Amino acid sequence: MIDLDAIVRRFGTTDVLQGISLRVATGGFTALLGPSGCGKSTLLRIIAGLDRPTSGAVRFDGRDVSDETPAARNVAMVFQAYALYPHLTVAQNIALPLAMRGMTRTERSPLGALLSGARAKRAAQAKAVRLVAEMLEIGGLLSRKPAELSGGQKQRVALARALVRDPSVFLLDEPLSNLDANLRVQMRAEIIALHRKTGGTFVHVTHDQTEAMGMADQVAVMLQGRIAQLGSPRDLYERPATRDVAAFVGSHPINLVPGAVFGLPGEVGLRPEHLTPGKGIEARLVYIEYQGAEVLLDVVMPDGTRLRAVAPGNWDAPAPGALVHLCHAPENLHRFDASGARFTA
Amino acid sequence: MTRDLTRVLTRAFALAALILGAVLVLSPFLWMLALSLKAPDEIFTPNIDLIPNSLHWENYAAAFGRANLLRSLWNGAIVCAGILVLQTIFAVPCAFALAQRRFAGRGVVFGLVLAGLLVPFHVTAIPIFLGLAQVRMLDSYTALIAPFAASVFGIFLFRQAFAALPTEVFEAARVDGLSEPAIVWRIAFPLALPAATAFALFSIVAHWNDLFWPLIATSNPALATPPRAILYFRDAESGAEVGALMAAAVVVVAPMVALFLVAQRRFVQGLAAGGLKG
Amino acid sequence: MTRRRETLTTLVLVGPATLAMTMLIFVPVVVVAGLSFTDYQFGAHSLNFVGLDNYRTLFTDPQARRAVTNTLLYAAVVIPGTCTLGLLVALGLHSLAVRAPRAAAVLRAAYFLPVAATLVAMAVAWQMLLHPNLGLVNQMLAAAGLPGQRWLSDRGLVLYTLAVIGIWQSLGYAMVLFLAGLAAIPPQLYDAAEVDGAGEGWDRFWTVTWPMLGPTTLFVLVITATGAFRAFETVATLTKGGPAFASDVLVYAMYREGFVYFKAGYSAAITMVFFVLTLAVTVLKFRVLENRVHYR
Repeated sequence: MIDLDAIVRRFGTTDVLQGISLRVATGGFTALLGPSGCGKSTLLRIIAGLDRPTSGAVRFDGRDVSDETPAARNVAMVFQAYALYPHLTVAQNIALPLAMRGMTRTERSPLGALLSGARAKRAAQAKAVRLVAEMLEIGGLLSRKPAELSGGQKQRVALARALVRDPSVFLLDEPLSNLDANLRVQMRAEIIALHRKTGGTFVHVTHDQTEAMGMADQVAVMLQGRIAQLGSPRDLYERPATRDVAAFVGSHPINLVPGAVFGLPGEVGLRPEHLTPGKGIEARLVYIEYQGAEVLLDVVMPDGTRLRAVAPGNWDAPAPGALVHLCHAPENLHRFDASGARFTA
Repeated sequence: MTRDLTRVLTRAFALAALILGAVLVLSPFLWMLALSLKAPDEIFTPNIDLIPNSLHWENYAAAFGRANLLRSLWNGAIVCAGILVLQTIFAVPCAFALAQRRFAGRGVVFGLVLAGLLVPFHVTAIPIFLGLAQVRMLDSYTALIAPFAASVFGIFLFRQAFAALPTEVFEAARVDGLSEPAIVWRIAFPLALPAATAFALFSIVAHWNDLFWPLIATSNPALATPPRAILYFRDAESGAEVGALMAAAVVVVAPMVALFLVAQRRFVQGLAAGGLKG
Repeated sequence: MTRRRETLTTLVLVGPATLAMTMLIFVPVVVVAGLSFTDYQFGAHSLNFVGLDNYRTLFTDPQARRAVTNTLLYAAVVIPGTCTLGLLVALGLHSLAVRAPRAAAVLRAAYFLPVAATLVAMAVAWQMLLHPNLGLVNQMLAAAGLPGQRWLSDRGLVLYTLAVIGIWQSLGYAMVLFLAGLAAIPPQLYDAAEVDGAGEGWDRFWTVTWPMLGPTTLFVLVITATGAFRAFETVATLTKGGPAFASDVLVYAMYREGFVYFKAGYSAAITMVFFVLTLAVTVLKFRVLENRVHYR
């Protein structure tokens, strides 16, 4: 279990993190989701021990690790650009954390091969490396150098290097952002499977909400150095805590309009996919975009408010200028007060 | 806690070592400067005083008066400027053609440039000396300047700079009716100014500081370049004028040091790129 | 018509430089190679083909051989000295630059200054620094109760003295190249090493810094080597190859034999030996340059 307690990180005069408190359960998969510059990578580096908070504490299973090195915390990390050692083979890359931990400097040196103790340790390491390489299906690449690998293969090696040491937590820093779209979907599934198989604690930093929603059981939406909402993916989508979270989460940008349009006070958010053709409000169609599975519609209400709606792909769209009828379920109207917080009756 | 302490101590030690090293590296400069301002009697009393008792500026007057120093500085300036202008005139059009034009023999010419990079100037000294002797041109500014006209390094550097420029710029200029030489000098050259500056600094430093070729090509003291003049002075000086000799050395070194301090970044770039030269 | 004009334009652009390159570089190389097999003397009206005689003298005559062995010995001191010190200074300045960029910039300028300074003038300054009675060095030694040395006239010492000056002069150059190499190491690798338990001191250096500097180091080695083979200014200013050829080096011998004694043929042979030596490391350098990105 990881506890972050009122973490503040200041660079110069700007507070990049403004008092973050967060608990990550053992065996859980937590995503830190936010736009670039929101502080999510800084937070991950503080969990890793690569950076230190200006104030606040980091605890692993109740133990304060704020002053410990990453190695002492026994964290594993997968970096955005893989950060493989270019001069080492795949096998050596994966074995490095084991060697650094389990062997003395003499044993690690080329002379170490003369020591029987070191030979035994090396054999054990080689076995561990093979095991983890098999699991990630890179057993055939062990003698290659990183320069000879594709992006996806490098990603697997980076994962193997993280897995091999049985860490207290896996930290993933935008691990999929350097991969092409198809590979990203495939690696997403593999990381989820890895999480199930190992039962480890995962913290995953990403700016991609489909990644966060699809992989994590807990998502922390970070906006401008604060956690704007912490909850399950469904929570974020169905009950956004603030208008900013509502605007950030969801594949179609949410309609945010004055509540008066729907006869409500304050501001109202309605996701386009929750506004569909049917018996309800009447509006003038101004724009249509056919996308195959669905049709995007822009309509203008009698009071001039523009809304986006989504219709199924097989919907017979009238010409722009026609009047259309749209309906929505009342529970899908998200109400926000003047400060932007969710309004709960 | 101890980790932080060791780190602080290591850093303090490293900083102290760096400063000590820098002082050692600077010590010839400091000693030279100190001696150049000391009176003869102070120079010849063994002591480690770096600061002169009184500033003996007469050394500088003596240096300028005696060593024909002013003349050699002028020679140095003429030679450096002459070489740089000549090198630029030869190198820039050739580099432009190599980078932005397709023509038969381009590979051959570029091959010559690369091969030329492998040849240190020293290797060509004897035949060039013979050639200059044939045409009775030794002991002249021409002898000091002409042998450096073809800078393969310059061609190489400018070619890199021109190759990095978008071809569209030159096609637009051609469409606008500019002649090729006009494109080279009025469009390409100004666009490659950073490379030109780096090259100029490299060339100036190399030839201001060169002793090898002036020693061979000239015997007339009136044509002495600054390093050559220092040697003339040193060889004629019998010990009474150490202060003046140091003053002359300061005067000769000063322009290069000033150039370096003013244009550090380009300077380092130019000299670092010079590593390519054989 | 246009075709011919195009060719003419190309000729105008490329012709002068190509002609100059040929006349000033390639023809002289061929001539010097040819002369090295003759007994030609400057000013003479005839010459004889002497085969490998000049080379034989250079490699067998004990006195003449000093130029070759001294050059190699000089290089053997200057190359490791320059590279090691250049790397150490670069490492120090690189980490200092994070905390105190101003101080690092000042120190960097100080270390680089000898590269820019006129070596002949600085050699004269060194001469005073190393003066047996009045020089700062011997005075310091005396103050510490140590005997002074005749740095520039002791046969056993002089070449090492020149080598130290050589290191002093080229150290800043190596430093600058190493600094560029250090700046190019991706910071993520250091993060990865820290997570993997190689975050401090030597572990960090051997896991990331040294391997990543590999290509730079080779490059610096080769550049320092060509520079060391070319040593001339300090020898000409301070020792003229003496005492008793104890500090004779190839380029100085080439100058002396050719332009003081006018033995052009013999001097050409020395030139060729120097050329081959330089060529060997320069070719190596180009191969290194080509492979500079071999990690990626």
